[in-house]
Amino acid sequence: MNEKGRFGIYGGQYITETLMNALYELETAYEDAMSDPEFVAELDRLYREYANRPSLLYYAEKMTKDLGGCKIYLKREDLNHTGAHKINNVLGQALLAKRMGKTRLIAETGAGQHGVATATAAALFGLDCDVYMGKLDCERQALNVYRMELLGAKVHSVSSGTGTLKDAVNEAMREWSNNCSDTHYCLGSVMGPHPFPTIVRDYQAVISKEAREQILEAEGKLPAAVLACVGGGSNAIGMFYNFIPDESVKLIGCEAAGEGVDTERTAATMATGTLGIFHGMKSIFCQNEEGQIAPVYSISAGLDYPGIGPEHAYLGTSGRAEYVPVTDEEAVCAFEYLAKTEGIICAIESAHAVAHALKIAPTMKKDESMIICLSGRGDKDVAAIARYRGRDIHE
Amino acid sequence: MSKTSKAFADGKAFIPFITAGDPDADSSVNYILAAAEAGADLIEIGIPFSDPTAEGPVIQEADAVALENGMTVNGAFEIVERVRAVKPDLPLAFMTYINPVFKYRWDAPKGVETEPYVPFFKRCKAVGIDALILADLPYEEQQEVRAVADAFDVDLISMVSPTSEDRIRSIAKDARGFVYIVSSMGVTGVRSEFQYDHIGRMAQMIRETNPDVKCAVGFGISKPEQAKEMAALSDGAIVGSAILRMIHADPAAAEQNIYDYVKEMKEAVTSAGQ
Repeated sequence: MNEKGRFGIYGGQYITETLMNALYELETAYEDAMSDPEFVAELDRLYREYANRPSLLYYAEKMTKDLGGCKIYLKREDLNHTGAHKINNVLGQALLAKRMGKTRLIAETGAGQHGVATATAAALFGLDCDVYMGKLDCERQALNVYRMELLGAKVHSVSSGTGTLKDAVNEAMREWSNNCSDTHYCLGSVMGPHPFPTIVRDYQAVISKEAREQILEAEGKLPAAVLACVGGGSNAIGMFYNFIPDESVKLIGCEAAGEGVDTERTAATMATGTLGIFHGMKSIFCQNEEGQIAPVYSISAGLDYPGIGPEHAYLGTSGRAEYVPVTDEEAVCAFEYLAKTEGIICAIESAHAVAHALKIAPTMKKDESMIICLSGRGDKDVAAIARYRGRDIHE
Repeated sequence: MSKTSKAFADGKAFIPFITAGDPDADSSVNYILAAAEAGADLIEIGIPFSDPTAEGPVIQEADAVALENGMTVNGAFEIVERVRAVKPDLPLAFMTYINPVFKYRWDAPKGVETEPYVPFFKRCKAVGIDALILADLPYEEQQEVRAVADAFDVDLISMVSPTSEDRIRSIAKDARGFVYIVSSMGVTGVRSEFQYDHIGRMAQMIRETNPDVKCAVGFGISKPEQAKEMAALSDGAIVGSAILRMIHADPAAAEQNIYDYVKEMKEAVTSAGQ
């Protein structure tokens, strides 16, 4: 087994021969860039001056009082430029692509947040941009499609397979193998072949780097738990990473259970998946007994993915992190709860983490705290949630 | 000499690809036998995968149709058994993605753990599959599969592509069966132009590194003159999408059409060797 890019048995580089040298080129360029103080300083400047970092750690006092348990803090990635954590990774990768002399970015997107972030960075750096998005996702996130077009990107609607995130990844990989000399594949989650899970994690780790300092400043001690939603797992790994060595801090990933883990309409990979090899990595996937990837479902286009990043598979199977399923209904209730209680409309993805917090916060001690990663804002979801509740609103 | 390399013993090889179960198992058996009758030297049988990331639209459609019509890994093995009953010596390869191979359990009862890869290769040997091509298993990751493949006498075929450059040497050095030269960038599917000089250089590099290993070119080839050109540069030509298009255009007429086409293509590659 190739040991490079492994998290325990998970990870690796299971990809077509055509892309192997592109992965080596990327790995070398990444290591070179991250050891260059000028590159690191430029990325830091972009984080501060363009992306609005550091993001706030907000004490949700009303929610805390209402639930009557531990103190609840929200890590406000929804306040970043473009409205989600995705920009953290994209600015890093776009700066890297420019340094590598690439002239074009391609990306997959589910809910559209990573596509919007990529289109944004492409506009900022003067790069061409093509975004691949499942046909079903283009329909349920029509506003984000227009947003990407407004930013100068071309959005390709992918009708093969289930017309969702995994099919968008398939198509982006196909396009990258067509042209990897002047194109960088700006992968949006901690998945795919090495070095992507590591690169994306390192760029998202800014979330927990800030949050750890902020909570120590506010509380004088570490939180009892940190929570984040998990699809591929980029905001979750970002929220977990700097807390991994702090063994007293529980790391909780909240997966999209869709209509329930005992139904076929689910996307809860850790709860229902098995070991497999797909999209460049050995990890855990929703699949049938013969290794065909299963169609998955969630109300949230951003969590509607049949796999999970290899580092999460490792954290989960080694017991360091816990992964819990959250249904559509629970997520929608949490979405509404946070709006009414704190005046914050969060992304339906992030609402999965809020939903689990609603369950466990009351059971925790008053002198403890938890941090929920609010990975994105919910403007994009308002019409879909209205329809879920029976109000026929279209964008 | 493995049975895979025997495909090249008799001059330049023509290697057609047919997806198992597109549109159904009976048709696949007939198509494979027609190709064999027409002179195919090695036949690649595609085991359909839900997410074939190396394929263009035609093979994607073939995989989707086959899976929709109930084709399984077991079903693909059964197709091979039926072909073998008629053609015991025909070199046969499977082409698929690593996950179905990794997950395959053959007849292991539910709840019983199986060692990864063993059931698949064991059954390959049992039914007489000579080689396996995995689109998403590059050289670096072959290690976990190769020992099992070797143990069951299945040649794990390596691919090289226009971006492989220096990697070609390591790949050729450890190659089994033959080296699959990917003609161009991108996914499978018919192309009108090729960089023949680059393909020639790849073949040259393979031969220099490992004079004992044969190589054949695939991806994009559809016409006899293209196949002839590829066979002149290497040891053979591989064709997939062009054959599947015949099947999709008219499944009932495809058996005869495949026979005629393979005959023409075999003649074209043979003429390159004379």
